[in-house]
Amino acid sequence: MNFWEFTVDASYFIAAVLFIVGLKRMGSPKTAKAGIKWAGIGMVLATVVTLWHPEMDAGFFRYILILLAIAIGGGGAYYTGMKVQMTGMPQMVALYNGMGGGAAAAIALVELYSHAAFQHGTTVLILAVVGALIGGVSFSGSLIAWAKLEGKMNKTIRLPGQHLINAGIALLTVVLGIWIIASSDGAPVVVTLFFIASLVFGVFLTNPIGGADMPVVISLYNALTGLAVAFEGFVLGNPAMIIAGTVVGAAGSLLTLLMANAMNRSISNVLFAGFGVDDGAQAEGPEGEMKSVEAFDAAASFAYADSLIIVPGYGLAVAQAQHKLWEFVQMLQKEHDVDVKFAIHPVAGRMPGHMNVLLAEAGVPYDLIYDLEEMNAEFPNTDAALVIGANDVVNPAARTDESSPIYGMPILDVDKAREVYVIKRGKGTGFSGVQNGLFFGDNTRMVFGDAKQVCTDLANGLKQL
Amino acid sequence: MITGFVALYIFMLAAFTGYEIIGRVPAILHTPLMSGSNFVHGIVLVGAMVALGHADGFWETLIGFIGTILAAGNAVGGYVVTERMLEMFKTSKD
Repeated sequence: MNFWEFTVDASYFIAAVLFIVGLKRMGSPKTAKAGIKWAGIGMVLATVVTLWHPEMDAGFFRYILILLAIAIGGGGAYYTGMKVQMTGMPQMVALYNGMGGGAAAAIALVELYSHAAFQHGTTVLILAVVGALIGGVSFSGSLIAWAKLEGKMNKTIRLPGQHLINAGIALLTVVLGIWIIASSDGAPVVVTLFFIASLVFGVFLTNPIGGADMPVVISLYNALTGLAVAFEGFVLGNPAMIIAGTVVGAAGSLLTLLMANAMNRSISNVLFAGFGVDDGAQAEGPEGEMKSVEAFDAAASFAYADSLIIVPGYGLAVAQAQHKLWEFVQMLQKEHDVDVKFAIHPVAGRMPGHMNVLLAEAGVPYDLIYDLEEMNAEFPNTDAALVIGANDVVNPAARTDESSPIYGMPILDVDKAREVYVIKRGKGTGFSGVQNGLFFGDNTRMVFGDAKQVCTDLANGLKQL
Repeated sequence: MITGFVALYIFMLAAFTGYEIIGRVPAILHTPLMSGSNFVHGIVLVGAMVALGHADGFWETLIGFIGTILAAGNAVGGYVVTERMLEMFKTSKD
C-alpha cells in the first residue's frame, strides 16, 4: 500500500466516523448545529482526497472536468439552497435527494458500459444493477415529488388501470435487469433500455400519489438513494459510500415508517392507493352553525386566560403568519402573564418537524414547542386553545367516527380545552376532504380571515385593552 | 474489493447504526434529520468523481460528468438547507 492509497483509505474511514457522529448529534436540538458541521468536514475531507484516488488514471483534462462538474453542481445547489424559503424546504430536500439518486445511477451506468462491473463476480454485478434501478427510480420519482410540491404539477393524473401499467413497467425493468446480469457482458442497448425503464417506473409510481402523502414518499426516496449509494459503493469498493449509504438507508427507512405511522397510513397504502380515490362515498359531515367572532374578542379572552395552547397548521405557514403570531404571543407572555405553549402535530406542515422549523424561523424557542403526546394530557386543564390553519389534525372524528377516512389518525384533543378559537380562511374542508365537527362545537369560536391579517388584528386588539 | 461475508458484516452493522441513530429522536428534528441524512448520502460524490476519473470514451465521460454534477448538487444543497434549518433552533434562554 503506497502513501496515497493509505491516505485515501484513512480519510474515508475518518469521514465515515464523522458522518455517524454528526448524524447522532443531529438527533438532539442542543448538538444538532455542531452535528451537521462534523458531517460537513467529513464530506470535504473525503472529496478532496478522492482527487488522489488510485483508480483515477486521469490526465490534466480529466481533472478539469471533475472540478468543473463540482463547481457547476455545487454552485447551482448552493445558490438555490440559500435562496429557498423555509416553507419550500421539503421540495428542495426532494430535489437534492433525486440528484443523489441520479448520481448513483450514473456511476452504475459508467461501470456497466465499461464492463468494470462484470469483473468482480455475480454479487457485485447484481448490486450494480439493483443500485442503478433504485437510483433511477429515486431520481425521476424525486423530481416528480419536487414538481408536485412546487406547484408545477397540480393535476394528479391517474390513468385507468394505473396499477396494471405500473406492474407492467416494473416487470419490464426487472426483466431487463436480469438480462444484463445473465448476459455477462451487458450490451449497451440493453443497459440503456433498462435505465430508461427505471426512470419511467419512477415517474409512473410517483405521479398518482397525492400531495398530502408526498413527505412520506420523499423520505422513502431518501432511504432508497442511501441504499443505491451503498450498493454502488460495493461496486467501486468504496467503504465510505457503503457505510454512509447504508446508515442513511436504515435511518431513512425508520424515519419513513415513523412518518407514515403519524399519518395513520401504511407505506403500501401510500404507494399503491391514492388518498380519497378508494374512499367511495364521502362520510356524512357534522351539521350545525359555526359561531364566528372578531379578532378583537378573541384577543380579549386570550389576555384574561391563564393558559393558552396554540396549534399551528400549514395554513399558518402559507399565510407567512409565523412572525406576527410570535409578536402576539410575546405580548401575551410579557403584558398579560399568559402561559403559552405550542402543540405540534407530527404531520403539521409538509413533513414531520417542518412546522418546528417554520416556528423556529420566526424566533419561537423550541422549549415552548411540545408534541402530541406531551400536550394531549393538558388540553382539559387549559383555558383556551387557538388553532391556526390546521384542520384534519384537530378533527375529533378521528377518535369517534369509524366511517371517517381519517378514523384512527392520532389527533390533538383541542376540543377538550375550555374555549377553542379557530383561525381559518373559509368554511372549506381539509386535505382529506372531511368536514370537521370541532368547528361546530359549543365551545368553539371561528375567526375567519387570512392568518397573517388575523394575527395582526389580535396584536392590535391586545394594545386596545 | 470488499466481498463476501466481510461486506455483509459491514452492511449489517451500518444498518443497525442508522436504525439506532434515528430511534429516539424527537419529532421536532425529523425534518432537519431527513435533510441531514440526505446530505450524508451526498458521499456519492466521491464515487462519481472516481467514475468520471476512469471513464473511457465520449458517452461514459458524459454520464460521469453529469453524475458528478448531480452528486455535487446533492452534497452542497443538502448541507446548505440542513444548516439553514438548524441555525433557527434556539431556546428561550439564548
